[in-house]
Amino acid sequence: MTIGIVGYGAFIPRRRIKLEEIAKVWGADAPSYKRGLRLFEKSVPGADEDTVTMSVEATRNALMRSGGVDPADIGALYIGSESHPYAVKPSGTIVAEAIGAVPAIHVADLEFACKAGTESLFIAQALVKAGEVKYAVGIAADTSQGAPGDALEYSAAAGAAAFIVGADEDKIVAEIVDTYSWTTDTPDFWRREYMHYPRHGSRFTGEPAYFRHTMNSAKGMMDKAGLEPKDFAYAIFHQPNGKFPMRVGKKLDFTNEQLETGWLSPWLGNTYSGASPIGLTAVLDIASPGDLVLLTSFGSGAGSDSFVIRVTGRISEVQNLAPKTRSQLDENKIYLEYGAYAKLRGKIRMAE
Amino acid sequence: MTSFGELWETPLRSLWAEAALAALDDAGVDSVDLVTIGCMSSGLFTGQEHLASLLVDELGMAGVPAARVESACASGGLAVRAGFAEVAAGLSDTVLVTGVEKMTDVDGSDATYALGTAADSEWEGFHGVTFPGLYAMLARVHMQKYGTTREQLAQVAVKNHANGLLNPHAQYHLKISVEDVVNSTLVADPLCLFDCSPVTDGAAALVLTTVERAREIAGDKPVVVITGSGMATDSVTLANRAELTELGAVKLAGERAYAMAGKQPENIHIVEVHDCFTIAEIMATEALGFFDPGYGGSAVEKGLTSLQGKIPVNTSGGLKSKGHPVGATGVAQVVEIATQLWGEAGQRQVEGARVGMAQNMGGSGGSSVVHILEVV
Repeated sequence: MTIGIVGYGAFIPRRRIKLEEIAKVWGADAPSYKRGLRLFEKSVPGADEDTVTMSVEATRNALMRSGGVDPADIGALYIGSESHPYAVKPSGTIVAEAIGAVPAIHVADLEFACKAGTESLFIAQALVKAGEVKYAVGIAADTSQGAPGDALEYSAAAGAAAFIVGADEDKIVAEIVDTYSWTTDTPDFWRREYMHYPRHGSRFTGEPAYFRHTMNSAKGMMDKAGLEPKDFAYAIFHQPNGKFPMRVGKKLDFTNEQLETGWLSPWLGNTYSGASPIGLTAVLDIASPGDLVLLTSFGSGAGSDSFVIRVTGRISEVQNLAPKTRSQLDENKIYLEYGAYAKLRGKIRMAE
Repeated sequence: MTSFGELWETPLRSLWAEAALAALDDAGVDSVDLVTIGCMSSGLFTGQEHLASLLVDELGMAGVPAARVESACASGGLAVRAGFAEVAAGLSDTVLVTGVEKMTDVDGSDATYALGTAADSEWEGFHGVTFPGLYAMLARVHMQKYGTTREQLAQVAVKNHANGLLNPHAQYHLKISVEDVVNSTLVADPLCLFDCSPVTDGAAALVLTTVERAREIAGDKPVVVITGSGMATDSVTLANRAELTELGAVKLAGERAYAMAGKQPENIHIVEVHDCFTIAEIMATEALGFFDPGYGGSAVEKGLTSLQGKIPVNTSGGLKSKGHPVGATGVAQVVEIATQLWGEAGQRQVEGARVGMAQNMGGSGGSSVVHILEVV
């Protein structure tokens, strides 16, 4: 049985803030941040954009590419995010309602730092494979938080990706060939209840967390599937900044050509749960039939999900049916000053 | 010595035990009369005080007298001096001298705070000055008075990283250029990231005993003797010093060590100095009399302090490349000198080195300990 993605879509807010604008406020040295993190600007959600609205947009884009999937046939919908608008009250119900997939549907919100997005895809494909549902939607979305002045503020961004998974071969645009996950208890980044901003273990988030999990997951995936880096047309890694995904890709012997298409973070920032999934949408936007794609996420805490994806002949029919990821990233941008950014991100304390 | 680095999975006690056991094994000694432990701030870095008893027990040696000594980043040098004094005074026959610091259990800001307690908390710390800031001020004054250049500072880092490449225990094995240093992240003008020593986990240990017993144990191996030990203090507060371009405690400690050993700077073949920042190495080589005041920078530029130079400085890679687990540093410096004098330094061996010096320093120069070692 072949299962795979029958429709995919992304959503990136139009607003941006440049790294220099943030550095100026905190008296930081922008050129060295740019060199150190390889970040130039990041997306910022508008006043009417949050994890739910971005999920709806991305899922609608996925439906447009799905070859006419009837939302009523969607049996499951999952949103992976660490910025669900409500602490108690699901995001997924709003999205399911908005796309017309209620009421015969299983819905859940997922959380696993930046890995929650690929979890939704993992569970969606597993349910379809098990024959439990005809179609399942896996969504990755975040309006991520970074404390003012913290290193995370230069990267924490907003965006979403959605994937409709099914088993009808005539609809599949990208077959999900195999998956592999690598997880340990490694507390490198966390946010406790009632904390407004997350905390992180500084350099501990690097080698023992991001690099160890990403490397082991990607290697384990390739071993399991009997594949090597040269077999892939594209590889996408979690991108907490511009530097880490390129470094991990090089360590695994991938080339710039394989990495660059899904490498959005220098201009998008870190969309947390959305990061590697949005990278996948950018790859699918330009991929050719038969291309093999490696997708490896990372979530602090920590774990890493890998997928081997094979692009089908139907891809070229759907690529232009919804806004492409790269055009959302590169066009119609609105640049913000720090004040407006602070207002939109709720960093200004208002009268009560 | 343990390897130095970000040893996330190794707790303080295991780091210490690894170094202590390695030193005891190397010496072929299974009991000691005293254990000294240099450690700056295990309380702030790991929440653990009362180290001496804890660590001795870790080796199954409970009962042996043990003392932790602290003089900020010179704690390790002080542990060496305490052990030396015990043997010299006849109170102990054999002493296990150790230093340890476990720094990566806390994040960068907590580590900066812990290190900052070595400055004057009332007159410096409360006003927001951290160590990079204090050394940046020293660098600025030195540049202004003597014309020391940004590039000369960078050359200290380039040289020490070149030496560190040859040291298997070093935290960083990087070949860097002057451009890498001056283009690295600005920390405190004029100091950039590559002017600063890193945050490091590590431990170092050595066994001191009487010359007679050392000869018995050593067999064919040359015996290395501490012939000079000097220590001095200075105002912890920069603002209280008469002169900012001279490290007074280093100068005094050096003079005392030279006097005890009956040596002059020109008799020293190799030296490990406390290069917590690049400017510190330049100032230390001046204070120890290797170069006239103001000429430390040009000496580096001319290659006088390189492995092949007139006086090789920081053959180990120094704090910059080898790493700086603060309490362990002073002991590790003496381990490097002894390794060189034994002729066991591998690719970084300085041929014919028979007299060496180790200079350890606390804070921005508020304390310093200097030892001279010789092959006899």
